Amino acid sequence: MREKILEITNATMQFGGLIAVNNLTMHVSYQEIVALIGPNGAGKTTAFNMMTGVYKPTSGFVVLNKENITGMRPDMIAQRGMARTFQNIRLFKALSVLDNVIIAQHLRLKSTWPGAVLRLPRYRAEERLMHERAEDLLRYMGLWDVRHEVSASLPYGMQRKLEIARALATQPTMLLLDEPAAGMNPAESDELTGLIRGIRDHFELTVLLIEHHMDVVMDISDRIYVLDYGNLIATGTPEEIQSNDDVIRAYLGVDEDEA
Amino acid sequence: MKQKQYAEGALPRTRQRKITSTLLTVALLAALAAALYALDTNASSLVLRIVRLCAINVVLALAMNLINGFTGIFSLGQAGFMAIGAYATALLTIPAAKKAMIFMITPLAPPLDQLTLPFGTTLLIGGLLAAGAAFLVGVPCLRLRGDYLAIATLGFSEIIRVLITNAQGLTNGAQGLKNIPPNATVWWCYGTALVVVIFMALFTTSSYGRALKAIREDEIAAESMGVSLFRHKMLAFMLSAFLAGMGGGLLAAFNGTIGQDMFRVMQTYNVLMIVVMGGMGSISGSVFAAFVVTIGQEWLRVLDGPMTIGPFHTDGISGLRMVVFSMLLLVIIIFFRNGLLGTKEVTWASIGRRLSAMAGHKRKEAAS
Ligand SMILES: Nc1ncnc2c1ncn2[C@@H]1O[C@H](COP(=O)(O)OP(=O)(O)OP(=O)(O)O)[C@@H](O)[C@H]1O
Ligand SMILES: [Mg+2]
Repeated sequence: MREKILEITNATMQFGGLIAVNNLTMHVSYQEIVALIGPNGAGKTTAFNMMTGVYKPTSGFVVLNKENITGMRPDMIAQRGMARTFQNIRLFKALSVLDNVIIAQHLRLKSTWPGAVLRLPRYRAEERLMHERAEDLLRYMGLWDVRHEVSASLPYGMQRKLEIARALATQPTMLLLDEPAAGMNPAESDELTGLIRGIRDHFELTVLLIEHHMDVVMDISDRIYVLDYGNLIATGTPEEIQSNDDVIRAYLGVDEDEA
Repeated sequence: MKQKQYAEGALPRTRQRKITSTLLTVALLAALAAALYALDTNASSLVLRIVRLCAINVVLALAMNLINGFTGIFSLGQAGFMAIGAYATALLTIPAAKKAMIFMITPLAPPLDQLTLPFGTTLLIGGLLAAGAAFLVGVPCLRLRGDYLAIATLGFSEIIRVLITNAQGLTNGAQGLKNIPPNATVWWCYGTALVVVIFMALFTTSSYGRALKAIREDEIAAESMGVSLFRHKMLAFMLSAFLAGMGGGLLAAFNGTIGQDMFRVMQTYNVLMIVVMGGMGSISGSVFAAFVVTIGQEWLRVLDGPMTIGPFHTDGISGLRMVVFSMLLLVIIIFFRNGLLGTKEVTWASIGRRLSAMAGHKRKEAAS
């Protein structure tokens, strides 16, 4: 069996009286593409926030590349190879497309700030490399032509792509995508499916994504986890999930007494 | 046709352009040096005061812009950092004999009573002490958000004033310090300002400067991309305090006397006005606004004097010009929220674009 890159064990997230994620256990193995699905408010984004350090789990563990990262700050987790995109796009709005991608490489910078101010040879070499890598990424993601534009001025679909490019710029081993196809038209989301697969192969990544577009999910996923009201109600291959009664019930929103 | 929207500093630069802009910069600096030399030898002492104050305000405005404009942290502690730098420079430059005369109530603590150092060194020491204070203040305060941080830093600034008033044996308390040697010549003021401008330009365009802008744009995203919020905010806060300390040192030498009442919150607002007017996050904006505001405030001084407007006569309302200036600040904040330049910079390339656009416009007009 392939090694587990990301492993969540009995993770619970409680906000006051609300249990947003309840005792979640799941894993993603090397170079897998796994989907986390569920109705609105099921706790998917909260699960991402626990994995990336935005929230500290009330209880349970998160392990990345065999290291316990539970309770670490988001920047420390990013350093260790986890990158993410945001459901409600969070680009560096006033900055150019290129700058968005260059900034995301700052965490790999070795030069100190005095070295950067003095533009020492080592810093200049690092800066050049950051530029080249950013340009490669923008070409790869089809954002080359808009690289000098203010990121907030891009159309929605391109902003989503830029979010992915920015996440890739941190040189992750584990990529978390929160609804990458949200707001995209069928053609765009179709293209996205191929793009995510391509990214996985090209950058040798492991991918966990949240997605509402079922055609995307069923097409792209090796395995699927289904959350409902914070509880894991099913897990399996796309075929298994499609024919799972609990999942159908959760999605159709049928009440017990009605059924 | 609608022009494409370009982000700051995004246009590609060819080698040719680089050489041109370097030459233009050298020419501008030479012209500036010549103008300063002419002023230094010919201008009245009043004019020279204003000329020097402009440069000091450039330093102070850039110091504040680094934290408030580039990093997006609303700090109101600048007067405190300036006070530290001002007292450091004063105490380390006043000759020993004069110190004995100034400190009449409680003598100045040794070894400061005998110690005098070169002006440049004292500016650096003042900056370093201010940066040290920023570290101590930053540890608890930089974890706060928005308004809370503004209030906490404001509180720090007031605490510094109280300490100054009470540390009689170090600061001469409420009597303040006088006989500070007039080291803040045109050359010191403009030399410091130039170094600070260059430093800011290099720092804000470096990877660290970009990280600060990322924090300003979206803290959560920046942190998720691996930018340590605390370390980077602390860096910006300490560097800003260092520059403010140097500016305070210049101001002490410029004034000749200092006291705790010089470093009230009003001092911070004064600099804030420059930063807001020039554009939060614009170096050239701050430089430009420092001149406009400094000269403007001198010019509006007539408002404080006796006036006769129609049937009304006043013997002078002191502080009226500050009222007018505060109103100007309000207008800027309400109608031009991004100041003169926003986060943009005036560069040779941008001037060139503007000029060629104007030329193109003229040509079109002629054709139609
Ligand atoms: N910081 C918070 N404080 C309090 N409650 C929260 C917080 N974050 C999330 N919640 C609650 O937790 C529950 C799960 O929210 P979450 O955003 O994880 O859902 P989701 O599965 O991502 O939904 P969607 O498909 O709409 O994005 C919701 O009821 C939400 O209101
Ligand atoms: Mg969500």
